[in-house]
Amino acid sequence: MTTNKQKREGAVIFSEYERGSAIKKALSMGRDDILFELRESKLKGRGGAGFPTSTKWMLVAAAKAEEKYLICNADEGEPGTFKDRVLLLEYPELVFDAMVVGGYTLGAKHGVVYLRGEYEYMKKSLEDYLEAMRKDNLLGNNILGKEGFNFDISIFLGSGAYVCGEETALIESMEGQRGEARNKPPYPVNTGFMGMPTAVNNVETLAAVSHIVVKSGAWFKQHGTDKSTGSKLLSISGDCKKPGVYELPWGTKISELLELVGAENTKAVQVGGASGICLSRSEFDRTLAYEDAATGGSIMIFNENRDMLKVLKNFMEFFVEESCGQCTPCRIGNVKLLEGIEMIERGEYTFSYIKKLKDLGNTMKVASKCGLGQSSPNSFISILDNFSDEIFNNVNGGSHA
Amino acid sequence: MLVLEKNAITEEIEESIKLHGNNRSALIPILQDIQRKHSHISDFAQQEVARLLDIHPVEVYSVVSFYAFLNTKPKGRNIVRLCQTITCDLQGKAAIAKAIERELNCKFGETTQDKKFSLEFANCLGMCDQGPAMIVNDKVYSHLTPEKAVQILSNIK
Ligand SMILES: Cc1cc2nc3c(=O)[nH]c(=O)nc-3n(C[C@H](O)[C@H](O)[C@H](O)COP(=O)(O)O)c2cc1C
Ligand code: SF4
Ligand code: FES
Repeated sequence: MTTNKQKREGAVIFSEYERGSAIKKALSMGRDDILFELRESKLKGRGGAGFPTSTKWMLVAAAKAEEKYLICNADEGEPGTFKDRVLLLEYPELVFDAMVVGGYTLGAKHGVVYLRGEYEYMKKSLEDYLEAMRKDNLLGNNILGKEGFNFDISIFLGSGAYVCGEETALIESMEGQRGEARNKPPYPVNTGFMGMPTAVNNVETLAAVSHIVVKSGAWFKQHGTDKSTGSKLLSISGDCKKPGVYELPWGTKISELLELVGAENTKAVQVGGASGICLSRSEFDRTLAYEDAATGGSIMIFNENRDMLKVLKNFMEFFVEESCGQCTPCRIGNVKLLEGIEMIERGEYTFSYIKKLKDLGNTMKVASKCGLGQSSPNSFISILDNFSDEIFNNVNGGSHA
Repeated sequence: MLVLEKNAITEEIEESIKLHGNNRSALIPILQDIQRKHSHISDFAQQEVARLLDIHPVEVYSVVSFYAFLNTKPKGRNIVRLCQTITCDLQGKAAIAKAIERELNCKFGETTQDKKFSLEFANCLGMCDQGPAMIVNDKVYSHLTPEKAVQILSNIK
């Protein structure tokens, strides 16, 4: 059925970890000490936006409110991403222990895992896992004997909408509404689920927190680069011999990665999923890092036989389908970009019109309400720019003259 | 619809409410329960949910219409979702879709005459390293070939 359990190697996320150890350690520390270690670690969100996790947690911890919530974002909908699937199925202790640590640090009683509808097949095993945690007093009342520390986790199943991975759309969905992104500010840390302070964290971000609590922030930042500390789980798919989830330090070069996964005759690497950018050969010495080629983990590899216009069309069809339709730049803009691709396919375009569409893409980046419409033009612009010879000039076997 | 059937649906919704609560944030879990059981959420079910949660039926409809996995029209007993996103596409999604369409004599986007299967395309299922992939009801299948895909469906009752 799903994943083949395999031994995975990596210096940070896949390093040794004993179930419950982060909870034990956290309960012996002060809340401020936990926040201090997180700040030391310089951990940034792994869900794509890269916001410093310690800042998010400090804001929620400092908020005064009746209730607070911690949400684990397991919506994993970005095309080409599947590392959260592996974490949830094979390393649930890392994710759930960090949620308990979060409950303690933030002063939240409720944790919710927003699990994408497509992952319903995991729900039962995750619920069994949570039940075992309750038995061992890792969840529930007075956790591990800590008087007054009560925290539990429930699972909320999504229903097939990519935009619900966006944190405010996710909250709308949990409140029983259409998954339409909210205006920001206010941010969820102030006005989140049910109007209460809420921390929304990606699955992998939480997994990193468990290690940081046990092994310290200083240990964590020994890995990676100065601005991008720790490691990244990369979901590698496409034209290569060994697709799968890899843990690599931030700062790894694209070319090193291609070698590692057995990719040959690579023409293009899409970094960051459909909403990311497409790099051509001349850029393969760039590094994976927040300060260079950033990614939530999706890496898709295309070899020289692939038709990049077809790849781009697939991405734009995705965005047309998944736009929530709430704001005009995104709702209409993505349709216009897709129509432009179809015009190129049929050979019925002018260069001046393509230029206009790229301008439209740049307008969408600034005028769209949420990250979907702000990033969907990325692949349109980068593929048409980086593969213009193939697409427009019939070089390298392109067929859209 | 028979009066008896109507009452049955109302009872089911009441069961769901016992489980998930009757506030607005229980709406999607309740709708998911109905969807799972009846392959769609009928007008009547929507009205009953609205009545029991004390919200306007239009609110319920607006939510049902937003989510890809919730629908208002009856579907087949089994829902096949084949991934159409790029990595699965490059790994041979089209050949698999064609084989399934031939075998079931039904196009993607439609339901078989005997109401056994509805065929749908879905976006990335998070199985890109093992594509082409599909989900049938709540099970995921990977490394598909046309033959294997047809075999899997023929094993379903
Ligand atoms: C369209 C869209 C989809 C997103 N999907 C996800 C997702 O599936 N998982 C995720 O963790 N973050 C996703 N995000 C980012 C979240 O909005 C949010 O930044 C993230 O969950 C914060 O967690 P982090 O700080 O741990 O990364 C998405 C954002 C956008 C705009
Ligand atoms: S950018 Fe797109 S997905 Fe985001 S709110 Fe606007 S229409 Fe919805
Ligand atoms: S592209 Fe098909 S599962 Fe991701």
